[in-house]
Amino acid sequence: MNKSMINGKEMILKQDDLEKKLIHFLREDLNLTGTKNGCEIGVCGSCTVLLDNQAVKSCVKKVSHIVDKELITIEGLEGPQGELHPLQQAFIDAGAIQCGFCTPGMVLSSHAFLLKNKNPSREDMRRALKGYLCRCTGYQQIVDAVELAAKSY
Amino acid sequence: MKKAWRNDAYSKVTGRAQFTDDMKLQGMLHCVPVYSQKYIHCKIKGLTGLEEAAAIKGVVRVITHKDIPGKANFGQIVQDYFMLTVDRIRCEGDVIALVVAESREQAIEAATLIEVIGEELPLLLDPQQAMADEKNLIHPGKGSNIINHHKIRRGGDIDTILADCDKVLQRSYYTGHVEHGYLEAETALCHERPDGVMEVRGSMQHPFSTRRFVASLLGCPLADVEIVGNPTGGGFGGKDDTAAMVCARAALAAKLCGRPVKMTYKREWSIRESYKRHPYKLEYTIGLKGKMIHAVKVKMLADGGAYTSVTPWVTWRSTVQCCGPYQVENVHCDVYGVHTNNIFTGAMRGFGAPQVDFSVEQWVEDCAQALDMDPLEFRRINMVTQDCETITHQKLDNHIVSLEEVMDKALEISDYVNKSKQNSHGSFKSKQSFSSGKSDAPVAYDKLYGIGLAISYRGCSLGAEGMDFCSAIINCQFDGSILLEVGIHENGQGAESAMIKLLQRELGVKQDRIRYNRPSTSHIPDGGTTVASRGTLMGGGAVVHAVENLKKIIASSVYEKLQCSVEEVKIDQDKVYGPRVTMSWEEAMHQMFLNSDYPYAFGVFQAPKVDWDEETGRGNAYFTWGYSCQIAEVEVDLKQGKVQLIGVSAVHDAGKVVDMDMIKGQVYGGFTQGYGMGIMEDIGLKEGRIVHNNFNKYKIPRSTDMPDFKVEFIQNPDPNSPSGAKGIGEPALEIAAAATANALHNALGKRFDHYPMILEKEK
Ligand code: FES
Ligand code: FES
Repeated sequence: MNKSMINGKEMILKQDDLEKKLIHFLREDLNLTGTKNGCEIGVCGSCTVLLDNQAVKSCVKKVSHIVDKELITIEGLEGPQGELHPLQQAFIDAGAIQCGFCTPGMVLSSHAFLLKNKNPSREDMRRALKGYLCRCTGYQQIVDAVELAAKSY
Repeated sequence: MKKAWRNDAYSKVTGRAQFTDDMKLQGMLHCVPVYSQKYIHCKIKGLTGLEEAAAIKGVVRVITHKDIPGKANFGQIVQDYFMLTVDRIRCEGDVIALVVAESREQAIEAATLIEVIGEELPLLLDPQQAMADEKNLIHPGKGSNIINHHKIRRGGDIDTILADCDKVLQRSYYTGHVEHGYLEAETALCHERPDGVMEVRGSMQHPFSTRRFVASLLGCPLADVEIVGNPTGGGFGGKDDTAAMVCARAALAAKLCGRPVKMTYKREWSIRESYKRHPYKLEYTIGLKGKMIHAVKVKMLADGGAYTSVTPWVTWRSTVQCCGPYQVENVHCDVYGVHTNNIFTGAMRGFGAPQVDFSVEQWVEDCAQALDMDPLEFRRINMVTQDCETITHQKLDNHIVSLEEVMDKALEISDYVNKSKQNSHGSFKSKQSFSSGKSDAPVAYDKLYGIGLAISYRGCSLGAEGMDFCSAIINCQFDGSILLEVGIHENGQGAESAMIKLLQRELGVKQDRIRYNRPSTSHIPDGGTTVASRGTLMGGGAVVHAVENLKKIIASSVYEKLQCSVEEVKIDQDKVYGPRVTMSWEEAMHQMFLNSDYPYAFGVFQAPKVDWDEETGRGNAYFTWGYSCQIAEVEVDLKQGKVQLIGVSAVHDAGKVVDMDMIKGQVYGGFTQGYGMGIMEDIGLKEGRIVHNNFNKYKIPRSTDMPDFKVEFIQNPDPNSPSGAKGIGEPALEIAAAATANALHNALGKRFDHYPMILEKEK
């Protein structure tokens, strides 16, 4: 039996679903629509999810990739009572959100990055976010948000 | 740190925000567009594959123009765009049919079976040739391929005047198509309600324009269509016509199938079909007398592509601002919009200004060089000043003309004068280390350095382009909470939050009382499109007027309780009071309930009158103007052919600032788009086809392309704007490419006459 932990809950994956694109499975079948589709070819990062705390682009992955792994989408980052993760709060406080379409991917990729990098410089942050497009913010307030949140990791 | 605040931030950071494609309706079908893979310009003799497509499993209906109950053609100015083609294909993005199926995959599969039986027509891809061609007309009914011609005739015979100048320069510039690149592609979700109203949700910038497109295609009154606002994943001017057509097509499918229909675009369809920024060809002849720009003769050709869209308005702004922010005695300007078989072009943040600014801000420096003058000094001598006259004879006396102050501030925060001593001018001679703004590390020896500047003035809001008015509704509840609705649209820029902040500031109540109620088109009058940086200016004006009305209503209801006259009633700090008695806001609202008075007000802001004479190009084109200066610093690695932006400073006079975090976000994002346009963005147009149809090939700036910015504001509250604000969305973008061009010139010692300014790798 194929299993996966999705946002902290164990889920049994149907054989028929394994070949589906992960992004469609999440959005259409599980209604996890915080995962956005910006390009569907793996270059914009809007569809980012965490697989065992690694940021991956769900538009270029199949459901079979999540077997026996722990998957977190933007819906799974906040606490059980809906408390915001410090990084989410930092995105709000730093004014890093405009249209918000890139935001879930930005938050999750920054989260994966901060888990591994304790004292990153702004340059490191910019490098880490290179694979994630934002057309609205010019990135400055996003980098501000990551910097602000870095302290709580 | 002061914390930023937005009403939609929580929903967006948690993934709860429901963009249109995130929603589903019971029994929903999926609709996809069909394009011709063969033709770009042809007469349509018929369609093949319709039956085969209809036979694919899951397909519910194949729709062609024959199924349209209303009109197939529509447009904001000229109704020359066919939402489904009838007898011609005019560009690659034309939609020949729709397929509706139970699943999107099924619809996509069926769509590949449909093609046009066509009779090929000659391709007109060059505006110059298209303009001259009187035989091959893209719209045969129009008699010519010219969309519009705007002009300015100021002073005497321009050729005689130029001949009399001390020095004459000639310069030509070319600019490319630019894609908006909003991260959320077009999407719509429509269903016909039991009451017969077509309810439309979608990603768009202008719900009222969308409503017109939908009603026209369905052949029904405006009141039978309700556009419900959803979050929009970026617009930048690009979610008007095309986004509206996607909604209209989905509505048509919902009507014909009797079921809810979703239509969500793939990125490739979005880039193929959506309008772009106009490519321009600009030819300037500049005559200098003494230290002054004495005469300018300019001709611009804008490639409008296959359809009119808002080309006449875009090119009008280029006309009014054709000499940049400079005073010029003699101007002879001709601006043409021309049809070609390229993708059509329309509104994009900047709206006809970036092309002009890119040119003017470069030739201004060439003029200074020709006179052996400092370009800053040359700008100071020629720029618009308080009470001066613009090239269209508008006297700038109704607001503070702060251009020089804005420029000085930018020079100061960027340390421009000192840094410009380090400009490489094409040689590696200046090798001293200096602060690059990014770190204090010395700059490597094999890179060239340049710092460059550009300035602009920009007419605010629509000007003589169109009707300019907007309304707001404040509906206070008897428990003290407040509902606010404004006739502008949240595109992601924070318009709703700005309106809340303004209401809070003007009314004098706590912000957390206020809930923004995103209005549908059935709830508030048409407030015009949220473009032209007019959201804060026009919507804010309406809010301020609604507050004025509301205060009167409250005062005349509660004055007796406050034991004072109506005139003595004040509202501030969440209190309603007179000289003797004070009530809390809640008490006042409750009192109004007891008095059977509604604390409800409607407010309207009509833009002050503007005027324009098409023949002479004379008029008060805009009711007020904003001022900007941006400075870019670049490092160029010639071996790699790579430009790295290492510093940006921007100063704007956008009037009174409503929210510092949001306005800065506009500048960061606007500059970044303008920089992308200047340096990398290329749709890869080949014979009328867009080759760069996704973000792998259509490159937009990434985090590593951008440095940290320094941004400041000169805040002169504008007397013509009730809220004092003027707008920032477009000023933020329009001179970024020009500043970068000047920085590149100072690094390389040569000029680019076109954008994108892509360097070749050294061989
Ligand atoms: S949607 Fe997956 S990377 Fe763009
Ligand atoms: S906030 Fe709009 S794309 Fe990032």
